[in-house]
Amino acid sequence: MDTFVQQLINGLTIGSIYALIALGYTMVYGILRLINFAHGDIYMVGAYAGFMIATSLGFAANPSALGFGVTLLGAMAIAGAIGMAIERFAYRPVRKYSKMTTLITAIGMSLLIEYLFVFIFSGTPRSFPQLLPNENITLFGNATISTSQILIFVVSIALMVVLQYIIFRTKMGKAMRAVSFNITSAKLMGINTDFVIAFTFALGSALAAAGGVLTAQYNPKIEPLMGIMTGLKAFVAAVLGGIGNIPGAVLGGLLIGAAETLVVGYGSYVGIPSTYRDAVAFAILILVLLLRPAGLLGSNVQEKV
Amino acid sequence: MKKMPSWVKSLILGIIVIVALYIVNAMMSATGFFGVGVDDYQARLLVFIGINIILATSLNLINGFTGQFSIGHAGFMAVGAYSSAYFSVTYGRSIETSLAGLGDFVASSVVLLIAIAIGAVVAAMAGLIVGIPSLRLKGDYLAIVTLGFAEIIRIVILNIDAVGGATGYQVPGYANFLWIGVFAVITVLVIHNIVKSDTGRALVSIREDELAAEAMGVNTTRYKVTSFVIGSSFAGVAGALFAHYNKFLSTNDFQFIKSFEIIIMIVIGGMGSMTGAILGAIIVTLLPELLRGLPDLQVGATTFRFADLRLVIFALILILTMILRPQGILGTAEIGSFFKRFRRADKPTGGMKA
Repeated sequence: MDTFVQQLINGLTIGSIYALIALGYTMVYGILRLINFAHGDIYMVGAYAGFMIATSLGFAANPSALGFGVTLLGAMAIAGAIGMAIERFAYRPVRKYSKMTTLITAIGMSLLIEYLFVFIFSGTPRSFPQLLPNENITLFGNATISTSQILIFVVSIALMVVLQYIIFRTKMGKAMRAVSFNITSAKLMGINTDFVIAFTFALGSALAAAGGVLTAQYNPKIEPLMGIMTGLKAFVAAVLGGIGNIPGAVLGGLLIGAAETLVVGYGSYVGIPSTYRDAVAFAILILVLLLRPAGLLGSNVQEKV
Repeated sequence: MKKMPSWVKSLILGIIVIVALYIVNAMMSATGFFGVGVDDYQARLLVFIGINIILATSLNLINGFTGQFSIGHAGFMAVGAYSSAYFSVTYGRSIETSLAGLGDFVASSVVLLIAIAIGAVVAAMAGLIVGIPSLRLKGDYLAIVTLGFAEIIRIVILNIDAVGGATGYQVPGYANFLWIGVFAVITVLVIHNIVKSDTGRALVSIREDELAAEAMGVNTTRYKVTSFVIGSSFAGVAGALFAHYNKFLSTNDFQFIKSFEIIIMIVIGGMGSMTGAILGAIIVTLLPELLRGLPDLQVGATTFRFADLRLVIFALILILTMILRPQGILGTAEIGSFFKRFRRADKPTGGMKA
């Protein structure tokens, strides 16, 4: 029982990170019907931006909440700007072409970010400094939760609340919902769709960057290709929850995280070795797409001819 | 001049190709061919061009002609590579000794051909298993599912200890340039003929408008799966050749990046063009080698190696191609059609152009 609780805590920790990244996928897909392949790499960019801020401003030497806050917000701002730049220079020019063209552009963008970072920072992993003191707290029995895990829960919930506020309580959020509902009508109603799309990219990228910095507090090894697998799993989370659906992305993220750690912990009892950890998300993806393509919380949309 | 029957033409062409491949292959030996040799490095490049042509043209059948966007080609290549390698590691030696009377070349060729056939069949079966459920999906969902299947295939292979698992797999080196060249030519011819046949017409009709194709009585599911299975089996052939040339297999050779590389080949060349795919395969194989010549840049304590820019440049080419010329260098045209334009003026062609 204790190990089960422990696995669940670890799973939900990773799951919250997946959820943060999945939100970006789902928002962009909701608006542009584009799988932004480069989104997972923005998560990596966020981790590196945080790394640069923390090391250059000397937050690594003396851990403090202020240092962590500046690193987190700085990384989010940098990633947001990069996300907007990607949209402006790569996706906007191809928006008028077919879906395949935008998908290939997104794949190209993902490769570009990954290998540009390999070129600049080399492929060797870096160690992200611990910005807040980290200690383990024993819950009941033998299950423990570390302060960095609590940090991940608290920050991601806070960010989700902020996101919920932006989307449902602000004018910009209303515009985003309008654009995602019907981009042409939104334009006719006087909404500056280009700006709304750019804002969506910035928002999604900032959330992914927060995910990057938070992960680095939990697991300090960062490397330029860390975004590929995490990004794909977060995408699976978005699809599982129902792509385009914001609560769905969070639910999907938590479920994927939990499923993954449970397979690592208990898979061997049913003949699934723990090395299948990365295959779990893809198996879930395939099952969801074949059985319920709209996802858990999504609604079925009839294809119009 | 009396027109030659087309089979005579193809026979002559076939003989010329095989003789040419044989000469190039002979040039790759230690002594060269009549004193003219190709060094090991160039030989290796030629071999990889051949393998990449098989991969690119076969993926082009699925993505370019049928319009089903698959980004999991490396998975089927892995299936072909590992299944054929398992066969030659397990049975190769005993088949060779029992055929020793026929000479070394014949004996090893027999093993290689059986291994390739096994690679092709197993990859085709994998293609069928993956294709039937996935091809119900369209566009980006299909893309992501093929990517997922390819990764699952890789992880499953990684967990099979009989083929080396994480430590890698030693494979006897039966393949040489001659065989790889022959199979590259066979692949191009087979896929060319499929595209020109009525099956090919059906595939292109699915690409152009799936709904309309279905309305005209094309069994779209069947044709999509057919094209997927054929494409996968040729990826298996490429994998088998790669395994027996490289003599070593590691699942790291079949990661996402390999699938993306094949996508880059056909996108640069032009999806839906045979010659475009071949051109793309050549560019993608040679470009990194050109970058290798650039000197390193030393800034402070860090060294920037321009050879590492290979994938950055591919990515930039990919994005710029999409922005400036989304149809690729050739689009759906063939290199030959540019020459035809000049010929048509003095030589009226009989019949209607389909």
